[in-house]
Amino acid sequence: MVTQVTSFSRNGLSDWVVQRVTAVILAVYTLVVVGFLLLGDIGYTEWSTLFDQTWMQIFTLLAILSTCAHAWIGMWTIGTDYIREHYFGSGADGIRFIYQITCIIALAIYLIWSIKILWGN
Amino acid sequence: MQVSLYRYNPETDEAPYMQDFTLEVPGGRDIMVLKLLELLKEQDETISYRRSCSEGVCGSDGLNMNGKNGLACITPLSEVVKKGKLSIKPLPGLPVIRDLVVDMDQFYTQYKKIQPYLINNEPPPSKERLQSPEDRAKLDGLYECILCACCSTACPSFWWNPDKFIGPAGLLQAYRFLADSRDTATEERLANLEDPFSVFRCRGIMNCVNVCPKGLNPTRAIGHIRNMLLQRAV
Ligand code: SF4
Ligand code: SF4
Repeated sequence: MVTQVTSFSRNGLSDWVVQRVTAVILAVYTLVVVGFLLLGDIGYTEWSTLFDQTWMQIFTLLAILSTCAHAWIGMWTIGTDYIREHYFGSGADGIRFIYQITCIIALAIYLIWSIKILWGN
Repeated sequence: MQVSLYRYNPETDEAPYMQDFTLEVPGGRDIMVLKLLELLKEQDETISYRRSCSEGVCGSDGLNMNGKNGLACITPLSEVVKKGKLSIKPLPGLPVIRDLVVDMDQFYTQYKKIQPYLINNEPPPSKERLQSPEDRAKLDGLYECILCACCSTACPSFWWNPDKFIGPAGLLQAYRFLADSRDTATEERLANLEDPFSVFRCRGIMNCVNVCPKGLNPTRAIGHIRNMLLQRAV
């Protein structure tokens, strides 16, 4: 049975708000990065100087967290819409569970990996 | 003209099938689809469908005609027939009982959930609970719903989660009572709707608006409910 235990906040309203706020953060972040790239001659030095700045690191982390929340809400919705007994038979719950775990692991990897890139050497 | 009709009798058929009929509409008139079904029934009396008022008031002959939901009794052939062909199927998504007759239980269960009646525990005034003309006007475009289920059965979100998503028809009625100045249960009504499924499965596809035979706009009502939930939370 499709349940809401694995929903992001278990509250439709917060999920809905989070989905929209994270979308705005991601849009602004994309604009900033694309804008920077369009500035002209960007080489390794310019790129790494940008990411050495605290504001950019915080902004990037925020964008990554937004990606994780946004993607989880979206993937959870897709999973509860389409992975149901109607299509997958009685194993639907198990398949959905594996699907959700895969999503969580993938997002966790992105998060940890990005933090490593941001603050690693 | 050619009519392709969805047939299913669970007692004799293993699976549903489409049966083809050819018929001449008397005098080539532009009759309603319900009338056409009556003509077909003269050819084959086992054809089953629901009907009652035959003038778009009772909401019992909601069908899928050439892919679009509507009321058979107020849909003229000229509106749906394409290249002399018409396919008639039951409302999509609901279990079929027989031919064009569907089991509406899931639909009514969702309707029941929104408590479709006025709740007001204050002592009633001697005559009646009055409403100003302005407050009454807020119910226009909401109270006219005849619960034909054309909208909910055209909504993918309702197909996917008919046990959890209230669906456009139920939500239109939910807003009808949220918007009623005489109803005092706004808070508990909203509390019952804020989970991830009841309202928030609506993806704004607007299939509901596209098919409503009464010209109502469930998507707008759903937007109002979302705003009320948002305002209540901040
Ligand atoms: S607008 Fe919402 S309720 Fe209407 S058909 Fe689309 S998803 Fe369903
Ligand atoms: S909103 Fe329109 S389509 Fe939906 S049940 Fe009511 S009358 Fe029928």
